[in-house]
Amino acid sequence: MAQPLVKKDDDRDDEVEYSPFLGIEKGAVLQEARVFNDPQLDPRRCSQVITKLLYLLNQGETFTKVEATEVFFSVTKLFQAKDLGLRRMVYLIIKELSPSADEVIIVTSSLMKDMNSKTDMYRANAIRVLCRITDGTLLTQIERYLKQAIVDKNPVVASAALVSGIHLLQTNPEIVKRWSNEVQEAVQSRAALVQFHALALLHQIRQNDRLAVSKLVTSLTKGTVRSPLAQCLLIRYTSQVIRESSMNNQTGDRPFYDYLEACLRNKAEMVIFEAARAITELSGVTNRELTPAITVLQLFLSSSKPVLRFAAVRTLNKVAMTHPMAVTNCNIDMESLISDQNRSIATLAITTLLKTGNESSVDRLMKQITNFMSDIADEFKIVVVEAIRSLCLKFPLKYRSLMNFLSNILREEGGFDYKKAIVDSIVILIRDIPDAKENGLLHLCEFIEDCEFTYLSTQILHFLGIEGPKTSDPSKYIRYIYNRVILENATVRASAVSTLAKFGAMVDSLKPRIFVLLRRCLFDSDDEVRDRATLYLNMLEGDGAIVETDKDVKNFLFGSLDVPLVNLETSLKNYVSVPRELAVSLCIVQCLLAYSHVFVQYRFKNLQTSLLILILLPKEVKSLPLAEKKAPGKKPTGLGAAPTAPTSTVDAYEKLLSSIPEFSSFGKLFKSSAPVELTEAETEYAVNAVKHIFDRHVVTVIVDASDAEEFTEVSTKPLRSLPYDSPGQTFVVFEKPEGVPTVGKFSNMLKFIVKEVDPTTGEAEEDGVEDEYQLEDLEVVAADYVLNVGVSNFRNAWESMGPDFERVDEYGLGPRESLAEAVNTVIGLLGMQPCEGTEVVPNNSRSHTCLLSGVFMGNVKVLVRLSFGIDGPKEVAMKLAVRSEDESISDAIHEIVASG
Amino acid sequence: MANFYRDTCPTIKNILLLDSEGKRVAVKYYSDDWPTNSAKSAFEKSLFTKTQKTNARSEAEITMFDSNVVVYKFIQDLHFFVTGGDEENELILATALQGFVDAVSLLLRNNVEKMEALENLDLILLCLDEIVDGGMILETDGSIIAGKVATHSMDDGAPLAEQTISQALATAREHLTRSLLR
Repeated sequence: MAQPLVKKDDDRDDEVEYSPFLGIEKGAVLQEARVFNDPQLDPRRCSQVITKLLYLLNQGETFTKVEATEVFFSVTKLFQAKDLGLRRMVYLIIKELSPSADEVIIVTSSLMKDMNSKTDMYRANAIRVLCRITDGTLLTQIERYLKQAIVDKNPVVASAALVSGIHLLQTNPEIVKRWSNEVQEAVQSRAALVQFHALALLHQIRQNDRLAVSKLVTSLTKGTVRSPLAQCLLIRYTSQVIRESSMNNQTGDRPFYDYLEACLRNKAEMVIFEAARAITELSGVTNRELTPAITVLQLFLSSSKPVLRFAAVRTLNKVAMTHPMAVTNCNIDMESLISDQNRSIATLAITTLLKTGNESSVDRLMKQITNFMSDIADEFKIVVVEAIRSLCLKFPLKYRSLMNFLSNILREEGGFDYKKAIVDSIVILIRDIPDAKENGLLHLCEFIEDCEFTYLSTQILHFLGIEGPKTSDPSKYIRYIYNRVILENATVRASAVSTLAKFGAMVDSLKPRIFVLLRRCLFDSDDEVRDRATLYLNMLEGDGAIVETDKDVKNFLFGSLDVPLVNLETSLKNYVSVPRELAVSLCIVQCLLAYSHVFVQYRFKNLQTSLLILILLPKEVKSLPLAEKKAPGKKPTGLGAAPTAPTSTVDAYEKLLSSIPEFSSFGKLFKSSAPVELTEAETEYAVNAVKHIFDRHVVTVIVDASDAEEFTEVSTKPLRSLPYDSPGQTFVVFEKPEGVPTVGKFSNMLKFIVKEVDPTTGEAEEDGVEDEYQLEDLEVVAADYVLNVGVSNFRNAWESMGPDFERVDEYGLGPRESLAEAVNTVIGLLGMQPCEGTEVVPNNSRSHTCLLSGVFMGNVKVLVRLSFGIDGPKEVAMKLAVRSEDESISDAIHEIVASG
Repeated sequence: MANFYRDTCPTIKNILLLDSEGKRVAVKYYSDDWPTNSAKSAFEKSLFTKTQKTNARSEAEITMFDSNVVVYKFIQDLHFFVTGGDEENELILATALQGFVDAVSLLLRNNVEKMEALENLDLILLCLDEIVDGGMILETDGSIIAGKVATHSMDDGAPLAEQTISQALATAREHLTRSLLR
């Protein structure tokens, strides 16, 4: 049969151009649709045009709102035609066009007329169309007709009304629920499908009433339902009732089991299967209950119909998970399915056999599977591999043949997912079956000798590093690992270096040899590989200056990270987002992260980015093991403190503030400003102020709020003494409304008592002179509430934020020195982080777009897009577009600019 | 979740009629699983690729695909598919597929091939409309489905049931004579 077919296809290739819809084009068809408006309708022509429209829609073409409306209106004209065929097409296209509510009104009367037509076909279809497009208000008008239709003697009409009822129940349940009586009558219909539809609707109406469902099932299982589909439904409802009643009825026979069992003897296969499946899924099913169901499923296994075999084997596969013994009877039929043409069936058969198989049959089974593996798709192979893994865990004694099987298939062709499943399985077996370890590790070693997947190579190398040193002869793995250093790409080489180091750290006898190998890696062409080799060599050599004990080395290499990675990542991102002045291109920065019990040390390849090494050390390790280290950027802050690296000072501030009991209840520090000089540079007293913003409080240093109404002074923490030439700090706390970016101006007065100090004793005299010193004003501005946090991909961030809370406005900035100066002023004003280098304005450019990102107080992300333009007399205009997660924040950003 | 399908009716997610290159002849989706046309096309394409090598000519075949159960049958250069959820009773899906195939065979007077299907696309579309309504199975008997569609060319008035059977018989008879004469 296949032969002539192929030939026919070839023939067609020559005339492939021919098709009734060849070159069909939307515009032209829409033109053609004008025939609907002809005074003399040609039903045939109109049908053809509708078919073309439907064809376009079916091919995925879409009509614009205008086009759809136009087509819809002209289609409504076709209700004048008496042609039955055309009317059917009209129904079809109205459903496809899914008209809007005001359009529906136009066809309602025509459809209602059809609903009451003498022609059953009109009635059935008009009901379906009307119910599809109608809304609740119209439904009350047609309800009467629908109730009649449900009990109509014509089954097509009744079905149409019932199915429409099922759909309408989702949107207008209270109306449909009133039809119960009619629906109940329809359940008794002689027409098979009406029975099915009526039962489905009746159950849905009552589904929240357990008692009613139970009654329904009780009465119907006595035997009035004949339609196979309706019986399938009844079986489902019955098992629902069984499930719910089993809680309170533990003793005696299961209710309704007899009904399910009787259904196993039904004429219709779909009913038999539904019942068998329902029985296998009963909770706590006994073997006695299971047996008849298994028997019919076993018969299905040898059916000539693939669908039947598939359904049976899939169900048995599930049963095998919970009741493997019950399925063993089917093993012979199951084995013949291994060679089934349908690979889904074959795979299910195999995995079922693997679940039900006993220890003695494993070898025979493996042989069969080996023949079968080469010609199935990867996804089935993965299923088989997983089944073999669990079989192996079940029969650990058989690990040898199963491990061999896995290593054999590992050598064959296959995609990544398949190979990964095999490697994962071997890894699990190595972990769980100690005897399999050495054998399995060698298989993995051989695999990475010729592995095209970097990910798998690195995973295996990592695993080797953990397990390899614990084996009886670790030295035999070194060759495989070092081969990677010679042959592979940089990523694999780097992880091979790490693995070598682990062997060196764990196995003393191998240490000298590892040194030799690691030293060779120092000449690698890749930075990462060299860096790792350097690091590990230093760690392992342990020459006293760097690491004190072997234990530290081991901790360092194998210690797990007890920090939530997300927190760490956030801290690092914040750290990196701040441009830092790094004098040398390669330098080591240490910083105290928000996670204060962890020191993080990382190294910058160049000024901006490129994180090279990240090492986490436990808190106890005080000295960091690299010679080039600098002092951490933690300095005394507050009064007289010089500006230091912002992030580290923020953390230092936080630590400082939380150490003061009065401030500890304020929650997390949101932002600390850079120190503001309140005095001229060369004056008697040098005073700097730092603004610390909390959710509800502002802590500043230095006193006297006069022009800041919304701030309530909460407490001050005066400085008890301030010796000459040494900095000290004082704090003032203001409360402000929570979450609101309150701004205001503080005028400051330094009030103090000067006391003479006896130079000989160093003690202050008792009496001093009260003095005041006028300081400059300190302003709390909106920018203080914005944290400059960068985003890596501004465009993505911008798009994903969406335009919901976008605020756009234009501002004239007046005459400016240059565009760059204007840009920097605005950035400074907003206190946000420039993204993607857009803070740099090219020379002589007339316009510039600058992208900013930040986090507003309350952890609200804010993105800003600034467009600048400059004209002849240096007048700068700016368009400011803000997107954020909160409308009020977007407005707040605008206010900053407007007031600045 | 396991209970979910129990309490609902058998549901059809889509019915597809593709040609021997996997192109659409007529398709109908009843589920939101494939919200866009590109999602639909992608589903059709990978389903077609997955099944095209199989022999689904004498008996309907079945496969699991993206956690759906798909039953399918090929006649000449037409590929028929019916998709349901992965917990659906496979035999119900197969019954719906058989109804679809039978009805199309009757409507195309057993000349089941792509050109004929395209030339009678209105019949195919009406046929889809009569098999499933919004995912609910309307009718599974091929001759009844074909009967409902074929009233098309008949006058109204004649009782539907009779029309159906006489129509089906006429079609069958006509086909028989044609194939004998050929």
